[in-house]
Amino acid sequence: MSVYGLYDNGDAAQLAVDALRASGVTEDAITVISAEPMEDYEFGNINRRSRLWYIASAGGAAGCAGAAWLTRFTEVAWPLPTGNMPIVAWWPNLIVVFEMTMLGAILSTVAALVVTGGLARRRPALYDPAVSSGKILVGVEAPRDRAAVERALISAGSPVVSR
Amino acid sequence: MSHVSHERLTADLLRPLEQTSWRFYLLVAFLGSIVAMGLGTWMYQMYMGFGMTGINMPVYWAFYITNFVFWIGISHAGTLISAILRLVNAGWRRPVTRCAEVITAFALMIGAMFPIIHLGRPWLFFWLMPYPSQRLIWPNFRSPLVWDFFAISTYLTGSLLFLFLPMIPDFALIRDRATGIRRRIYGVLALGWRGTTKQWHRLETAMQIMAIAIIPVAVSVHTIVSFDFSMAPVPMWHSTMFGPYFVAGAIFSGIAGLIIAMASLRKFLHLEAYLHPVHFENLGKLLLMMSMLWAYFIFAERLTTWFGNDTGEMNVFYVTQRGSFSPLYWTMVVCNLVIPFTILALRWLRTIAGCVVASFSVCIGMWLERFLIVVPSLSHKYLTYSWGHYRPQPVEIMITIATFAAMTLLYTLFSKFVPIISIWELKAGDHPSAALYPAPMHEHKLGETHA
Repeated sequence: MSVYGLYDNGDAAQLAVDALRASGVTEDAITVISAEPMEDYEFGNINRRSRLWYIASAGGAAGCAGAAWLTRFTEVAWPLPTGNMPIVAWWPNLIVVFEMTMLGAILSTVAALVVTGGLARRRPALYDPAVSSGKILVGVEAPRDRAAVERALISAGSPVVSR
Repeated sequence: MSHVSHERLTADLLRPLEQTSWRFYLLVAFLGSIVAMGLGTWMYQMYMGFGMTGINMPVYWAFYITNFVFWIGISHAGTLISAILRLVNAGWRRPVTRCAEVITAFALMIGAMFPIIHLGRPWLFFWLMPYPSQRLIWPNFRSPLVWDFFAISTYLTGSLLFLFLPMIPDFALIRDRATGIRRRIYGVLALGWRGTTKQWHRLETAMQIMAIAIIPVAVSVHTIVSFDFSMAPVPMWHSTMFGPYFVAGAIFSGIAGLIIAMASLRKFLHLEAYLHPVHFENLGKLLLMMSMLWAYFIFAERLTTWFGNDTGEMNVFYVTQRGSFSPLYWTMVVCNLVIPFTILALRWLRTIAGCVVASFSVCIGMWLERFLIVVPSLSHKYLTYSWGHYRPQPVEIMITIATFAAMTLLYTLFSKFVPIISIWELKAGDHPSAALYPAPMHEHKLGETHA
């Protein structure tokens, strides 16, 4: 069971988030959903830390290593003299290595976004289509003290919805 | 902007998706018929053989490779410009980025078709892919044509994802407003997007990483396309400046393509409230700068060749400056420098109409430039006995025309099914109070005061 309120603007949503905190709800348990990023408000910075940069770097490194192996392996597997170049010709290989490095970084970024952002998951999550009309949803999934959460949400000026 | 104006913004930008006029069907039918004729011509060429084209000894690259280089150049409009504007946080980018990114996706697809059309036996294109044949022979990774495969497929993958990621919140918006089959389709495309603070942060971080990654990829793509030429010992091809020269030319034609697309969207989708004159003025200034950069490269190339006075190179030099290709050469100079410089350097001419005229001129000029890189050098190689002529045949002309129709058709269909301006990014640019604007935003907001 989830409990949430729908607010008209960021100021009201901020009040609701503050009230939830005051009632003892931890930051991780608070869900704020909006139709646009709300970084001008304090609540817009909840859950800001991510490892996306590290994951992208690791993906790039994997692409780099894979391409270096592929180019060297194929050249050695069937040695073919070309234009007086050495059999393992790193100057042209660097082009393939560069492209695969960037492709690795790009693909790992997107994969990390899907996984860490909770996209494409099957289980139902807290949501209300009114968000698309400009409302800001502030709520708690499976609250321990439901009455306290409802009081906090109502104090910020929204009727409470339970699902 | 108030809640009501957000509603108006949403309604305005979703209108093309919800309402369809007879003009849309007429345009799609017209463009579709040209594309169908182009496909039919291609099949005819495959059936009859490559002899239907004007390509013959010694000019083995002509219209198709010209189109390949031209469309890959046009593709630099989108992702590269969008990525740069995102990284510098230019406020005026918000209505522009998606229009631009779409150009990249479609122009790359069309451009990548041309080496396949040029193969004559397109069903063998998979020979370029890095796989071992039945005799365990791999493609030669030392060949520039294999570099093309890696560069274009990386850029296409990156550009499609760079286009798709910021569309996810807009797909969710459409999902919530739609019913029936549309709701299901947009629901799938939205990937379960809800708009939690965590998702917004992840999306914005991912877009930053993608922007950083895609800029060097975009530069590398046209550099590698230039390597197709500069790696060959052909007069006026074997040059160290071809990489930056091609990249500059690509950005030049790309900006021109973007201005034409934005002006068309503004006119036909009635987006005057979102695509302001200042957007065209800013892009016009960029186009002017690129025009001068292009002139600098052309001058450097011509002066170096002339000063070196190598017989083989001077043959190509003279045939373009005052020989049989000179009408095309001087038309190119007029289209790429004289017309855009005259229009865009004068502030009172740097209007939307002026920018569009300059952009059409640049597109023509840049297509001619690609043609003049490819054909005169091949038809005037070092040994005079191997000189030859090239005359384009109807199949090549028809397929070329069809690709322009295909680009317009794809763009039209895209703007019918996806908001062509990012709705959430426009809303995000609208801060809740003036006091919360970061100082540089005042400058970026200039567009709204000009509207």
